[in-house]
Amino acid sequence: MVPHFGVEPQQIQIRTGCCDSMSKFLQMVNIQKNYGGVKALKGVDFSIDQAEIHCLIGENGSGKSTLIKIISGDVQPDGGEIQIEGRHYPRLRQIDSLNLGIRVIYQDFALFPNLTVAENIAYSQLVEKGDRLVNWQEIHEIAKAATEKIQINLDLHELVGNLSVANQQMVAICRALTKDVRLLILDEPTSALSKVEIDQQFKVVFDLQSKGISIMFVSHKLNEVLQIAHKVSILRDGEMIATLPREEVDNDKLIQLMSGRKITYTRYKGPETTNGKLLEVKGLTKKNNFADVSFSLGRGEILGITGLLGSGRTELALALYGIAPADRGSVVIDGKPVTIHSVQDAVRAGIGYVPEDRLTQGLVMKKSVRENVVPIVIDQLRNKLGLLDNGEWRQTVDHWIDELGIKVAHRDVEVRTLSGGNQQKVVLSKWLASKPKILILDNPTAGVDVAAKSSIYEVVRNMAEQGVGVILISDEIPEVVNNCNRILIMRNGRLVEHLETQDVTEEEVQNLVEMTGTQQQQISGELR
Amino acid sequence: MMKKLTKQTEFYLALLIIALSIFITLNNPRFLTTENIFGLLRSFSVMGIMSVGVLFVLILGGSPDVSFTAIAQVVQYIVVILTLNYGGNIFLAFLVACALGVLMGLLNGFLVHKFKVPTIIITIATSNIYFGLLYVFSKGEVIFVIHPMFREFGQLAIGSWVGQHGTPYGLSLLAIIWLLTLVAGWFILRRTQIGRNIYAIGGNEIAAERVGINVFKTRMFVFGVIGFLSGVAAIVHAAIVQSAIPNIIVGQEMNVIAAVFLGGAGVFGGKGTIIGTFLGILLLAIVSNGLTLLGISTYWYNVLIGAVIVVSITISAIQQIRQEKTRVRVQVEGEVTA
Repeated sequence: MVPHFGVEPQQIQIRTGCCDSMSKFLQMVNIQKNYGGVKALKGVDFSIDQAEIHCLIGENGSGKSTLIKIISGDVQPDGGEIQIEGRHYPRLRQIDSLNLGIRVIYQDFALFPNLTVAENIAYSQLVEKGDRLVNWQEIHEIAKAATEKIQINLDLHELVGNLSVANQQMVAICRALTKDVRLLILDEPTSALSKVEIDQQFKVVFDLQSKGISIMFVSHKLNEVLQIAHKVSILRDGEMIATLPREEVDNDKLIQLMSGRKITYTRYKGPETTNGKLLEVKGLTKKNNFADVSFSLGRGEILGITGLLGSGRTELALALYGIAPADRGSVVIDGKPVTIHSVQDAVRAGIGYVPEDRLTQGLVMKKSVRENVVPIVIDQLRNKLGLLDNGEWRQTVDHWIDELGIKVAHRDVEVRTLSGGNQQKVVLSKWLASKPKILILDNPTAGVDVAAKSSIYEVVRNMAEQGVGVILISDEIPEVVNNCNRILIMRNGRLVEHLETQDVTEEEVQNLVEMTGTQQQQISGELR
Repeated sequence: MMKKLTKQTEFYLALLIIALSIFITLNNPRFLTTENIFGLLRSFSVMGIMSVGVLFVLILGGSPDVSFTAIAQVVQYIVVILTLNYGGNIFLAFLVACALGVLMGLLNGFLVHKFKVPTIIITIATSNIYFGLLYVFSKGEVIFVIHPMFREFGQLAIGSWVGQHGTPYGLSLLAIIWLLTLVAGWFILRRTQIGRNIYAIGGNEIAAERVGINVFKTRMFVFGVIGFLSGVAAIVHAAIVQSAIPNIIVGQEMNVIAAVFLGGAGVFGGKGTIIGTFLGILLLAIVSNGLTLLGISTYWYNVLIGAVIVVSITISAIQQIRQEKTRVRVQVEGEVTA
């Protein structure tokens, strides 16, 4: 379903020819782990061959991170056997794991933003050596050797905090390579990378694998998994559902194995006639972000905006919501021109925004559901004295918990204890409570399991039916194709396509998104 | 290279100091004489020595220690009484002062590490305890006559020249102690592993733990250093003032902390340099000295220092905002990249 791209055929050859099933690097049998009463892993079998790229996939809470922590020795399993290079480890400690050449690149990279690239790369080795004095020449030699190993060009004197996410990841990988590595574990390595950066990362991964290093690639992005894996293991609810060679899986099958059900999209029809233009954007421009963006949005319409990371889609949303206002262009809402210079302006104009990163931008994690639902409507919860009316507050919160089906024991529970899907519903309810005219959703189902996904779609469609204009920004093509009336595609900061969803297939949209500017020019040239 | 230089706080601070020096010299040529400069270095040596300890703490975590003046105060009083009663020499005085300082510093470090409370909170508490106990036992009594060795020590200097009014002067040993402290601080921060570990912890404590840095040991070291330097400063202060007044050092902590922030240390930790810290104190010294030389009431000192801090913070904030504005988030097609 999702087309393959970016992988040369000869690479596929290397991949299929590599795996000698006799040489298991790591073998885990019947691993169990309980946290309190919760069974995080229920008897998991897992193994990695030498020089194998093994992808581990699973929804949030399926036990992926627990499994990584057991392999890295951070966490001790409650039961089961671990065998590494033929040797049994009844108790695998952190130091054992390190000495065996197992390295984890965590999602946050564990880097020092205030130190240089060179020092970041060399740090573990320096600490291990335990010298009292620092030899800067040695630091640069270590760093240079590591960057040469993966043939990457980094300014060793630059501060890591000034690097792009992709380059920070390369620094983390380089640090891992300063010692003898046998197994490199990459935890959600592509979540913040652009297409070009992912291709570069895959090159590095293939290169390391060809040098005999095993790679464990933990991800939820299935098209990437399908590009890179020799084998795929699927975890669900703490159980290993299957371990399959790449040849035997495709996108649909992986989704089914991951969620335990088949996800079927029903296309959104939307209103027959969009009565009146709710929002009209003309020539919106922000230097170094996007240029000359014009589109309109009708009442009850769901408008999809998609494009690669770095295409300007999120930047456009930030401008409409006043976080990073545009330099030029006009915005008309309900026929009235509005200027949006700040978030307050946007809220006053009836615009709501659900950010991409709900953890840092959408929610106060340590506060309760009750406190997270009401910030925008808090003025409406006052009684005659101007003080907060607790009864009204409680009613409002309970109404939304009920309305959206938020699974929570009580409204006073802290949101950080909720699952990703339920957290996202809390963010949504915050905006729904404010009754916006226009709601901008930025990747609303990122890191959310399948069940929660479809209920979020349900909520969004409901809103649209009530007349709200929804802008749905997403990089999941099926999501926009099936939930939107129209789709806009952004590339290099400009709107390049405008599609009616009833006319297109997911493949067509995917191809348009992936296409580079020159390719498109070629095609349109040929057509001419 | 030039571009890199203009991004540094130290660069702007140096410019400001030069501009200020020129202005003062034009109005009173006495400013730029070795006699005046040497005198300045001597009288600001106490703050200068303590500032290095403050820098260490700020690099480690951004939250300042506010108890170092209380520590110096307590140490000074104890050592002055001990030397009055039992005699002794200046080395022994330093030894006892530093040992006491380290002990009190380590207690701070232990509490900060154990209870994971911001340094400023713990040290507000301990500074009250240290200083409070001093008042309980001293009853606030000023010791006007202290052991003569402090005065003798304070008069030691390198070189001998004749000043404007015919008085001899040289580079005071007290100023040299400050300069040595700066060199030692630079060496530790730049050339030793534990120094680098301080930066690493300040940058990302969790990552520091993951690469195998002993965070507890490093933290205790840092609080040991500030305690040690408080001890040194206590003796240097006694040598300058030649009396023991139980509330004379306490109250200066905010100026020292401000100077270190001025020098480029950040409130989030992981940032700050010895040269910046030195320049920060130097700026304070020049402002204070300049007021005297220009015949302006020294009551203006605090107002001016406050204004300087506001201006320098504004400059670095504007820099950051400008940087953010010109950052290329998206390579927009057809847009001319500057």
